[in-house]
Amino acid sequence: MTISTAPIPVSTDAEAPEAPTRRNRFWAWAILILAAVYFLIPLGATFWWSLRAEADKLGFEAYRRLFDDANFWPSFTESVINAVAAIFLSLIIIVPTAYWVTLRLPRLRPVVEFITLLPFVIPAVVLVFGLIRLYGRPPLLLTATYDSSRVLLICAYAALSFPYMFRSVDNGLRAMDVRTLTEAAQSLGAGWPTILRRVIFPNLRVALLSGALLTFAIVIGELTIALFMAQQTFGPYMANLTRSKVYEPSAMAVVAFALTWAAMGTIALITRPGKRR
Amino acid sequence: MGGARRPPLARFGSWLGVLPFFLFSGMFLIAPAVILAYRSLEGPDGTLTLDNYRALTTNTVIAAYSMSIRISLTTAVIGGLIGFFLAWAVSMGGLPRPFRSGLTTFSGVASNFAGVPLAAAFIFTLGRVGVLTALFELIGVDLYGGGFTIYSYWGLSLVYLFFQIPLMVLVMLPALDGLKQDWREAAENLGATPGQYWRRVALPVLLPSILGTMILLFGNAFGAHATAYALTGGLLPLATLLIGQQISGDVLNNPGLGYAVAMGMVFIMGLSIVLYSILQRRSERWLG
Repeated sequence: MTISTAPIPVSTDAEAPEAPTRRNRFWAWAILILAAVYFLIPLGATFWWSLRAEADKLGFEAYRRLFDDANFWPSFTESVINAVAAIFLSLIIIVPTAYWVTLRLPRLRPVVEFITLLPFVIPAVVLVFGLIRLYGRPPLLLTATYDSSRVLLICAYAALSFPYMFRSVDNGLRAMDVRTLTEAAQSLGAGWPTILRRVIFPNLRVALLSGALLTFAIVIGELTIALFMAQQTFGPYMANLTRSKVYEPSAMAVVAFALTWAAMGTIALITRPGKRR
Repeated sequence: MGGARRPPLARFGSWLGVLPFFLFSGMFLIAPAVILAYRSLEGPDGTLTLDNYRALTTNTVIAAYSMSIRISLTTAVIGGLIGFFLAWAVSMGGLPRPFRSGLTTFSGVASNFAGVPLAAAFIFTLGRVGVLTALFELIGVDLYGGGFTIYSYWGLSLVYLFFQIPLMVLVMLPALDGLKQDWREAAENLGATPGQYWRRVALPVLLPSILGTMILLFGNAFGAHATAYALTGGLLPLATLLIGQQISGDVLNNPGLGYAVAMGMVFIMGLSIVLYSILQRRSERWLG
């Protein structure tokens, strides 16, 4: 899998920057402009291409054809449902784990951290290879039907989200005083389920939301695992489209970029320093 | 809340909280890796053997690994350098402030914009009928006639840089923030020029972080499958594409060899993550 990172909130109390010399400023601009050229040309070219589906005029015909495509909405909806299910599964596993590791079992922290890093060590293509070999034949047969494969896919996505989800939740827990909040709730007679549901979860909203959005951005167009599990999700659909159509893939790439931008922009917005003051 | 005198039931209860995590990771992360490791050590007749690892020297496998390693090295070094200078430009280069937050958000997007849409974007830009290819033709430069193709080593490297550079930027920005103003002032008071300050103070402090992140970029490119698949299908020999083909059918004519190739990838990825964490910990000594 590709390693991804959410924009990390930057400390506002950074010290005054060095006084930049004129020569520094020249190089800074030069580098920025070069990078802008490299990053914006592919995006611009793709957008330009997506407007040219009709001969001799620019328009949104490619987008209309994309959205009218018989397989677009079914595969997209299926991916959204898979993503939401994976996020939910990941949350109900990671939040208690991060909480317990912070509060009651700190000795387990290195082990848990190590396991959450495994998706970086096991590339997606290797993971799906292993999943198919493990669950593709009796006694653990899970790839027999489309729906059971889909369950396996969702579980794999939840596992892939562990590094992001754990880091996000862990940062959120560090930002609040878990122990005091827990003891206060206990002294008021709350049980563990109530503490998790009414104290911890609400205080972790920002952390949970950024973990969820990052997972969404990664999972929504995921190709490798879905492909080898023969799932008709958005990733394989896009790959197929790129091979079979001329203009629609450009519209698809623009839509995918906008989706990623929406997810990442929301994270940047909710985690902006000073927002919670 | 000392844990020493907790009644046994409560202790069991605290383990219950992490049990789902261990069960789930065991089923969907560890067991799949373990079965590949086990199968990679199994000969055709079911006995334990290292033959599959000896067979890694097969030409197909060597070609795939060396191409994967070359592309990962190239994009880690080039992406790392460009990403570092870009992070420097927006944090210390004297650019207007909004550029910094803009670049941070953009890097978050671009580092996640891998896979099919990224491949498509570059096909529309530098593919045989891409916009840039056409523009170059207008000014008399025939890219594809000159031997360039996006479906090659340099082509794929160019595509990978689109998510490699932003990842470097995201990791380097906080590291650059960690450079203390006092160090520069101390260096200046002792008569150091800006060049000497960078060579003798800033770079040595940043070096573990720079190298560590480059190793992270290496692993990031090495394990990438979707982008390469969407761009080239199976045209380019890459370790991830080879494993993919092995899943669909026994292209290596030796199922055991497929498992060994997969374990080789896990080994290289694991090594890069370990090196990254060691260097990151080292850099925290100064920049933490």
